Amino acid sequence: MSAPTLLIRDLRLGFRGYSGLVEVLHGISLHVAKGERVALVGESGSGKSVTARIVLGLLQNLKSARISGRVEFEGRDLSRLSGRERHALRGTRMSMIFQDPTSSLNPVYTIATQFHEVLKRAEPRLDLAGARRRAAVALADVAITEPERVLDSYSFQLSGGMNQRVMIAMALANEPSLLIADEPGTALDVTVQAQTLGLMRDLVARHGTSVLFISHNLGVVREFADRVYVIYKGRIAEQGPTAALFEDPRHPYTRALLSAVPRITGGGIPEIEDASESYFAPLVVHEGYGEPEGVRP
Amino acid sequence: MPPVVRLLAKRLGTSLVVLIGVSMLIFAIARVIPGDPARIALGPNATAAQVAALRERLNLDQPIVVQYGQFVADLVRGDLGVSLYTNRPVTTDIVQFLPATLELVLVAGVMMVVFGLPLGILSARYRNSWIDNLVRLVTLLGVSAPAFVWAVILMLAFAYFLPLFPIAGRITDTMTIPTVTGFLMVDTLIAGDPRAFANAAWHIVLPAFALALSGIGQAARLTRSNMVETYDRPYIEMAQSYGFPERRIATRYAFRPSMIPSLTIIGLDFAAMLGNAFLVEAVFAWPGLSRYGVAVILRKDLNAIVGTVLIISAMFLIVNVIVDLLIAFINPRIRYSQRAS
Repeated sequence: MSAPTLLIRDLRLGFRGYSGLVEVLHGISLHVAKGERVALVGESGSGKSVTARIVLGLLQNLKSARISGRVEFEGRDLSRLSGRERHALRGTRMSMIFQDPTSSLNPVYTIATQFHEVLKRAEPRLDLAGARRRAAVALADVAITEPERVLDSYSFQLSGGMNQRVMIAMALANEPSLLIADEPGTALDVTVQAQTLGLMRDLVARHGTSVLFISHNLGVVREFADRVYVIYKGRIAEQGPTAALFEDPRHPYTRALLSAVPRITGGGIPEIEDASESYFAPLVVHEGYGEPEGVRP
Repeated sequence: MPPVVRLLAKRLGTSLVVLIGVSMLIFAIARVIPGDPARIALGPNATAAQVAALRERLNLDQPIVVQYGQFVADLVRGDLGVSLYTNRPVTTDIVQFLPATLELVLVAGVMMVVFGLPLGILSARYRNSWIDNLVRLVTLLGVSAPAFVWAVILMLAFAYFLPLFPIAGRITDTMTIPTVTGFLMVDTLIAGDPRAFANAAWHIVLPAFALALSGIGQAARLTRSNMVETYDRPYIEMAQSYGFPERRIATRYAFRPSMIPSLTIIGLDFAAMLGNAFLVEAVFAWPGLSRYGVAVILRKDLNAIVGTVLIISAMFLIVNVIVDLLIAFINPRIRYSQRAS
């Protein structure tokens, strides 16, 4: 069996601050197989985004961060790579989509310039004209009908949905094997979010891209992901295939999370305990969906 | 009309209004402050009749509104009147003294950009490291002492104790360069004399640096603080997550959105230097317009005061228009917000 695209084993992260070391990830393990779409679900502050940033190698340079455990990308242990080698993976083999597309694009450069910079990651000698041609094709792929106009625009001249399409096109432009989507489109309105997510799903399926999908939005996760990890306060609480987990949530925290979704039929905002001892119950693994064997812990 | 042209037209229009306001204000103030210009010019031994005659010749016996009308009529013809201090047309004086000050201030302005902005970028890119701390300390020194203090310190250190630079003047006296523009660094080139050019450049280093130091400090500190803020923006994290080279992130993606306040402050400093250059000009015996301006104020030389202030204001406004255009060029949001009314 070939190595999974992403494999995380007992990942721990602490920040050294004035009051000593604060641990925010208490040993999480997860994997994303080739071409698989995996969701990491949890409330804000649960450690979803820092996990993504460790995978990208962005937190490793932070002096105050203490990271232990293994992160393997396509079978290569990230901690054994040099800073330069980790840097070489970013934007080429792995890329990321952010929460708010409009503020994630630089306001003083045109889309074309930024696309050029992204494409140069994989092809350093690419000139602007060549980049424009490639970008126009990529934009057409995300159903943008006037790529030339969009390329000459600045992010503030485009709608949020349009910017999200641009971000998706950029993220997939270099054919990465792993796409990390950190709360994609949370800043957009629901219909636009649904459209762009649909687009993203079709594209990653076509390219065979593995996706680590980070979200607090259970509805979106249910539509998008093959498998789900529920994370609570830096620990994985429950993991399993999407359908099974939604139909048969077994961990107390997962149940609380699912019942926290307000119903469109009314009944007010559900009353959920903020914190409960039961949320720290041991990991629940749905049958047949454990972590792959054969990896040194 | 393209947005930039509309912006330019708007700025020039408001500048003209400001200039008219300044002319009225300085015209009135120069006449309100105590002291009779005719008496000062003629000295204590002149008779009352002589003073009255001069007052009449200068139109000082007329109501101030009439005087102003006369002044505007002359101004339109390019005549700023005669200076009582030099006994020459004010325009002649300005043509003689302005280039020296402008040259000094321009070189100082270039120094602000060339030293201030890169120091700020360096400081922000390596924030909270020893590089950052060193830059912050040095720039704090720059802002905390006025230009004339630096002028004296630099002169003592680098012209007297360590004679690397000439102690005063614009060029070595033995060199004669035909005046074309009045800018020695330009005239020497026109004359095709690289040795004289080097000599003029060598003379301008210390006074320009003394004048630029506080601006360098301000520009560096402002650039740093704005860039540190920009580094927290999602688009920088996006650039990092796509592995854009750190150097390019610093010099392009973080710097460009952060440089607007720095440019504004450099523009303002640049204009303020035109006036502040006086003490530096005094220390380095630099024959500039600032020194002329102070001399004529002390003598209540009305025409010269008004002429000098107007020309400095006009420079100030021109620099500000240039800065506005630069900012519009750098920030597309400003460029595109100039909608047709």
